[in-house]
Amino acid sequence: MTQSNTSAVDYNFDVVRQFTVMTVIWGIFGTLVGVLIAAQLIWPALNFDTPWLTYSRLRPLHTNAVIFAFGTSALFATSYYVVQRTCKTTLYGGKLASFTFWGWQAVIVAAAISLPMGYTSSKEYAELEWPIDILLGVVWMSYAIVFFGTLVKRKTSHIYVANWFFGAFIITVMVLHIGNSMVIPVSMMKSYSIYSGAIDAMMQWWYGHNAVGFLLTAGFLGMMYYFVPKQAERPVYSYRLSIVHFWAIISLYIWAGPHHLHYTALPDWVQSVGMAMSMVLFLPSWGGMINGIMTLSGAWHKLRYDPILRFLIVSLSFYGMSTFEGPMMAIKSVNALSHYTDWTIGHVHSGALGWVAMVSIGAVYHLIPVLFNQGRMYSIKLINVHFWMHTAGIVLYIVAMWISGVMQGLMWRAVNTDGTLTYSFVESLTASYPFYFIRFVGGVLVVAGFILMAYNMFKTIGAKDGSLKPVEAF
Amino acid sequence: MSSFWSIWITVLTLGTLVGCFLILRWCMKNFAGVEEGASMGHSFDGIEELNNPLPGWWSKFFLVTIVWAFGYLLLYPGLGNWEGLLGWKSSNQGILSLAESKAQVSESKETGVLVQYDREIAAANAKYNPLFEAYAARSIEDLATDKAALKIGQRLFLQNCSQCHGSDAGGATGFPSLIDKAWLYGGTPEAIKATIMHGRKAKGMMAWAPALGGEQGVEEVAAYVLSLSNRKVDAELAKAGQTKFALCMACHGTDGTGSLAMGIAVGAPDLTDKIWLYGGSQRNVEESIRNGRAGVMPAWKDILGKEKVHVISAYVYSLSQH
Repeated sequence: MTQSNTSAVDYNFDVVRQFTVMTVIWGIFGTLVGVLIAAQLIWPALNFDTPWLTYSRLRPLHTNAVIFAFGTSALFATSYYVVQRTCKTTLYGGKLASFTFWGWQAVIVAAAISLPMGYTSSKEYAELEWPIDILLGVVWMSYAIVFFGTLVKRKTSHIYVANWFFGAFIITVMVLHIGNSMVIPVSMMKSYSIYSGAIDAMMQWWYGHNAVGFLLTAGFLGMMYYFVPKQAERPVYSYRLSIVHFWAIISLYIWAGPHHLHYTALPDWVQSVGMAMSMVLFLPSWGGMINGIMTLSGAWHKLRYDPILRFLIVSLSFYGMSTFEGPMMAIKSVNALSHYTDWTIGHVHSGALGWVAMVSIGAVYHLIPVLFNQGRMYSIKLINVHFWMHTAGIVLYIVAMWISGVMQGLMWRAVNTDGTLTYSFVESLTASYPFYFIRFVGGVLVVAGFILMAYNMFKTIGAKDGSLKPVEAF
Repeated sequence: MSSFWSIWITVLTLGTLVGCFLILRWCMKNFAGVEEGASMGHSFDGIEELNNPLPGWWSKFFLVTIVWAFGYLLLYPGLGNWEGLLGWKSSNQGILSLAESKAQVSESKETGVLVQYDREIAAANAKYNPLFEAYAARSIEDLATDKAALKIGQRLFLQNCSQCHGSDAGGATGFPSLIDKAWLYGGTPEAIKATIMHGRKAKGMMAWAPALGGEQGVEEVAAYVLSLSNRKVDAELAKAGQTKFALCMACHGTDGTGSLAMGIAVGAPDLTDKIWLYGGSQRNVEESIRNGRAGVMPAWKDILGKEKVHVISAYVYSLSQH
């Protein structure tokens, strides 16, 4: 834990510290907005008849806040940290790294203001209007320069596997963002997509699914490849497995978008290719999980007393679960049942809360003591409490959405003996209320866990330098 | 698509799958130059990597999915213009009318082509048509006393008509109530069925402000119209309006009781009852006169077919028969 102090390299940890602290702050913010809109689905009066508090405006705020504020801040923090440590060199670009921090926070604040005001391009996960999109593009370009510049001047012979994933994620997100955000502006906060019809839909889900594939999967796999072996103090299980699953994931994921548009105006051939590639993606996705979990070989006993390792390993289990569920849902006949139901929402959250959030939380708990010259977090016990609150929250959330999703799908397709539909839409909505409540309870647990984390973080940062001694392993 | 794009897609798709296969084969062998299970010999911030083999079940399962993908793309459309050995299609694209759709359905039935939409429609028709044909053979009055038929009529109504006319058929602003006894185009079984089959388009209520001499004329006629249903109005305005109402009589009748009272089906409402399709406030009535109204009821014969329209007609007819 004291390597950073004794190391000869003068690492740039300022920007890592900034992004790490903001990860926790945005984690609270993003999930809190999520809980509010979950509550609005049960008690619609909670929008207080105020336009900027309505579900339609807060939902994109929630998704943008958790993906781009929380998740991406975590990726910035960990990629900057990992690339320096594994390349034995400080960040390239000097002040450019600091610019990526302030630029990125500016994008988030602009989103948090413009989305509730109703400015939207109406593209899912790409709602931001064109001036903010341009700023985002500039920040991302700077990010790429800092990251790849650091890789180029590395002091090690090879490039560590975590950096392959970070690199793929940075390049692809740039391409996706530019590709999907091509618009013709008509005023400062209004623009029209240059694509139309089915092509626009295809561009949107090419972007949308690869935001999942490259930002939320490849990026976080990069995080996993450093923090799991580091926390477990074990070597990575299989170098060859990391090669094959890396190349297979990045070449297959980019094809999977059309499974969001099954049985639509999208031509049949695109749907078939999307489905086939999604299915083949299953095993490469699991490659990451196997490599992570098997890295624990010989260190399983550490799960008994290390809640940080618990976060990391359980995140891999959720990763495995949702990357199995995803290809299944991409099968056309399964999709015919699951599409447009809460099942999709459950699937997304088993990935987002289970995989993305848990691996980030584990990484942040690992990072904070290192970054702020402490031997450990202020309270290991609170990390453990956080772990159980978060896990219980996810389980409640996912199970509730599975049940309501499958129920909705079955209700919508039920027909009477005369061929008419058995249920009206509103009947399926009424039947979903109990599950919306369970989901809300799960969400409250997740937010409460994040608040606990923030408390633990500020106590650690505020403690006297080096006063928190590492716990001896037993 | 052009053959260039067809080849482009095919090469990229197959290339990706073949690429995955090759890299898998490559990594299944120990190419690393160190013993299996040993460290690769590089260390990154203290992290080493082992040269463990790929788990056998994992590589085999991966191979199976690659082979499956080739099979799937052979059977189904996916590789550019390749239509797939099964000839499966989700739907016939470019269909513009029910007649074309029906022709396609029967054609795919004969040729055995797997157009999924056609197959599902054909299966549904085979299953449900006899039921509706039996109902279609009976009169609407007869069906209106048949509880089972009314139940089906109600379900069809809820799924196709309630969006505008309301779940209780009580109507909404701009959409007539079907449970009172006031009709625009007639409440006989035949008239109801004709309305649903072919739809209705109210064209007569044009913007009258210019013809009435502007805002003053609109206010006068509105006052007179409101007086027809015994509302309190400015007597002088109403008197002036009565003269100008001559322009309205062709459709609404000399006494304002509407076109149906004169036996013609142009849909001009009765202005003497207290039922207002577009709202009965002074402002609403003035708005109707000033800018006109153009209500539209779509034609359902090509959407639901005449048998189902027959059953819905019986349900709608029954609503005002108490």
